[in-house]
Amino acid sequence: MRAHTRIGFILLLTPLVLWLGLLIIIPHIDMFLISIRERISFGVYETSLAQYEKALTEPLYLRTFWRTAVMSVLATAITLVIAFPVSYYIAKMAKGRLQQVLFMLCLIPFYVSELVRTFGWMILLRETGLVSNLLQWAGLADQPVEMLYNDAAMMVGLVYTSMLFMVVPLVTTLESLDDSVIEAGYDLGGSGLSVLREIIIPHAMPGIVSGCIVVFMLSLGNYLTPTMLGGKDSLWFTEMIYNQFIVRSNWELGAAFGFMLLVLSSVIVWGMLRLTGRTLQETMG
Amino acid sequence: MIPTIPQSRSFRLIYGSYVLLFFLYLALPLTVVAVFAFNDSQFPSLPWEGFTWNWFFGDERPQIGVFHERGILRAVGTSAFVAMCVALLSVCVGTTNAFLFNRYEFRGKGLLYVLMLLPLVIPGIVLGISILVFSSTLANGIWDLAQMDIQALRPGLLLVILGQFSFITTIATLVITARLQKFDRTLEEAALNLGATRLTAVRTITIPFLMPAMIGAVVVAFLMSFENFNTTLMLVGSDAPLTIAMFDRLKEGSTPLLNAVSLLLMLGSSLLALVVILFQRR
Amino acid sequence: MTPDLECADLVKRFGETTAVDNVSFSVPPGSFFSILGPSGCGKTTIMRMIAGFLDPTSGDIRIKGKSVLDTPPNKRPVNMVFQHLALFPMMTIAENIGYGLRRQKMPKDQIARKVDEALERIGLPGIGGRKVDELSGGQKQRVAIARCMVLEPDVLLLDEPLGALDLKLREHMKVELKALQAAFDTTFVYITHDQSEALVMSDQIAVMNAGRFEQVGTGQDLYYRPDTPFVAGFIGESNRWKGRIDRVEGEALQMRTDSGLAMRATAASPLAAGDTAEIFVRPESIRLAASAEALSGFDNQLQGKVTSILFNGAASRVLVQDDAGETLEVTLPQSGEFATLKRGDAVHIGWGAAQATCFKGAA
Repeated sequence: MRAHTRIGFILLLTPLVLWLGLLIIIPHIDMFLISIRERISFGVYETSLAQYEKALTEPLYLRTFWRTAVMSVLATAITLVIAFPVSYYIAKMAKGRLQQVLFMLCLIPFYVSELVRTFGWMILLRETGLVSNLLQWAGLADQPVEMLYNDAAMMVGLVYTSMLFMVVPLVTTLESLDDSVIEAGYDLGGSGLSVLREIIIPHAMPGIVSGCIVVFMLSLGNYLTPTMLGGKDSLWFTEMIYNQFIVRSNWELGAAFGFMLLVLSSVIVWGMLRLTGRTLQETMG
Repeated sequence: MIPTIPQSRSFRLIYGSYVLLFFLYLALPLTVVAVFAFNDSQFPSLPWEGFTWNWFFGDERPQIGVFHERGILRAVGTSAFVAMCVALLSVCVGTTNAFLFNRYEFRGKGLLYVLMLLPLVIPGIVLGISILVFSSTLANGIWDLAQMDIQALRPGLLLVILGQFSFITTIATLVITARLQKFDRTLEEAALNLGATRLTAVRTITIPFLMPAMIGAVVVAFLMSFENFNTTLMLVGSDAPLTIAMFDRLKEGSTPLLNAVSLLLMLGSSLLALVVILFQRR
Repeated sequence: MTPDLECADLVKRFGETTAVDNVSFSVPPGSFFSILGPSGCGKTTIMRMIAGFLDPTSGDIRIKGKSVLDTPPNKRPVNMVFQHLALFPMMTIAENIGYGLRRQKMPKDQIARKVDEALERIGLPGIGGRKVDELSGGQKQRVAIARCMVLEPDVLLLDEPLGALDLKLREHMKVELKALQAAFDTTFVYITHDQSEALVMSDQIAVMNAGRFEQVGTGQDLYYRPDTPFVAGFIGESNRWKGRIDRVEGEALQMRTDSGLAMRATAASPLAAGDTAEIFVRPESIRLAASAEALSGFDNQLQGKVTSILFNGAASRVLVQDDAGETLEVTLPQSGEFATLKRGDAVHIGWGAAQATCFKGAA
């Protein structure tokens, strides 16, 4: 490297290293260090796995952990199933102006704060809400119905919140599929279903994978939707982290929870990438 | 299943209605929020008590509108300040990152690129607590060493800005890198060949080329920061940005005031998004 | 007179591979010099070293007699027309042409005047306000040249600038480039893989292969008097025979081909009996005839059958299979004599020893 390229290289490398080092890597190491210590008495700490032991033996913690994982997977699956036909419609069935408008319509909710979206569902689903009134008016219910604060309401919110992150990658990959390839599939005697299975879905796989990863991450890390729409007994893991950190000021246990969440998300993302033989760069970059 | 392949009428009908239903599902919560901003009642719910602008412009109890509600206005100001800082910082670092990854080959580049992507797959809450933990470790360390209390390292706006910056930078980097990859390096060589220095070539040729992506990244970063909740929740001090302020009020029970704020938010962000789209198309 | 551009023992290595292998040449002022070679032969590397985007491993580059090795690319008195032109898409035509002048901190009004002059010169007055993508391919070409010429470079480098144009326009631009060169009276160094571009425009052509110059000369030199088998094979088309030399008398010689024919040819380099060698004969040097008598004056005569007629207007060819089973390409005269020729016809062919060039073959 020549001298001036060397200087340029160092100048460009510095912000990146500062950013990743000071805001991502060191904080996570620090969080890990805090999670493996135990408070003996005021100001005296000892290294131990006590926090993890507590997290893994206390039934409430463990149940919440797995519940969060399973529900996030479920939310991802539902989002994919709902989003795929719509994305296909936008990418391949709609043409010209209609296509652009539909795509824009999908983007709009993303530009609105998650809080507002959740608030909308609260107005719709609560006891005095719109759906309840509608049911009474239609004679399907004779008293106000509470539809908020249960798993179903939470799922509706989770799917809604992350829909966009499934639709955009799906539309992008499906659009890149040449119409003539689908035509060739039919021309060679394929039925709608076999074309879908053997041509469309394999082609859309990169979009499916990146969509699923992002949606899963967003569901797992969601705090607002489970708090506002979920019931008292449908605790979410992020709520437990918040409780330990802010309400109880038990940072050691909170950090351990945070680390567990991080490991869980990494394992599932890694597993998804392994299963489909892709790399993080391809999927995210 | 493309228009050139004949489909049965009923299939088309079912498919069409499914898509229609989907868009209703997308529009429903937002519409409801918007409509109830005009309900002349203390609650954003039925029954409909008549139309009013009070939740925007009202200045007497119990209907104090957005534009007379100090708390909300201050929160908007805080959010805008934070979003401004985050947008500028992340686009600056995003641009230097883009140049680094695009222009240099060095050992560990692949690893660094993966590290750069990581903030996208770390849950926002975890990002928030890790920065909270580290900054307080730092603050405590400085206190132990020099008996100085650095307020900036305690939960507050600086930490909120850094927390949001930590993952929004990844997005800015991706947006700007994508554009830089489309840049034809010979344009820069042509500039050198015509007598420009390296820096002048970048300033007069490369940066103008990147401008649409940089402006797009500024707007996206601004919106993401404005709407961020998870990371902010863990790092917020006494000055609450808008999302946190609204969340606190929502927990206490909502009035159509929140609908009014939400509607303004929607309008604001759509306007910004529209500006970007128009700008990109030009 | 000092040459405008001089390269001395230029070498460029990338790791193990040698892209440019000891190349020396000089270009006199005001001439049109082409470097012609297949892709990957190292011609772009030479160009980039002259422009300053690459440092030579060894050797020297002198412009107007002064070494420019220590001069950064933005200070060298050479300008370059890039392969895809590299016009700045975010600027207007006038801004593009004025770019280099702005870098020289020339006052605005002076830049405006120079830009207008340049536009006048390339025959496109008044288009300064337009955007790059509003121009046609040929107009862009001329703008790219004007953008360099306003800086009055000692040497203008052109890196296959016609490659992106369609065939018709390319033919037209060849003539126009030559005219522009004469109008600006500047030294042009042109690299291309297209022999017709090089032959039509250049005063001097260097044929390059595998990092080395095979031959430097005028178009006629290269076409009629190739120094190496590569040049003979690369420029124009040839029928080839490999074989072993029977006997040598000065430049004249006789070779026995691998298929057993005896052929007379002219040696391009000293050869001795017993050497392996290769003979090149151009399709247009071969005479086609209906009977053997008409060819009695030729040193080499064969008879064969027409296997195919490749009609291509003035460049039509006939494929003739001789008795030894080899296929030759022969130019089909357009004088009407062979208008009725068809597949399967028996024909006689012949050519003189002077038109058959013989090179020493690879051992």
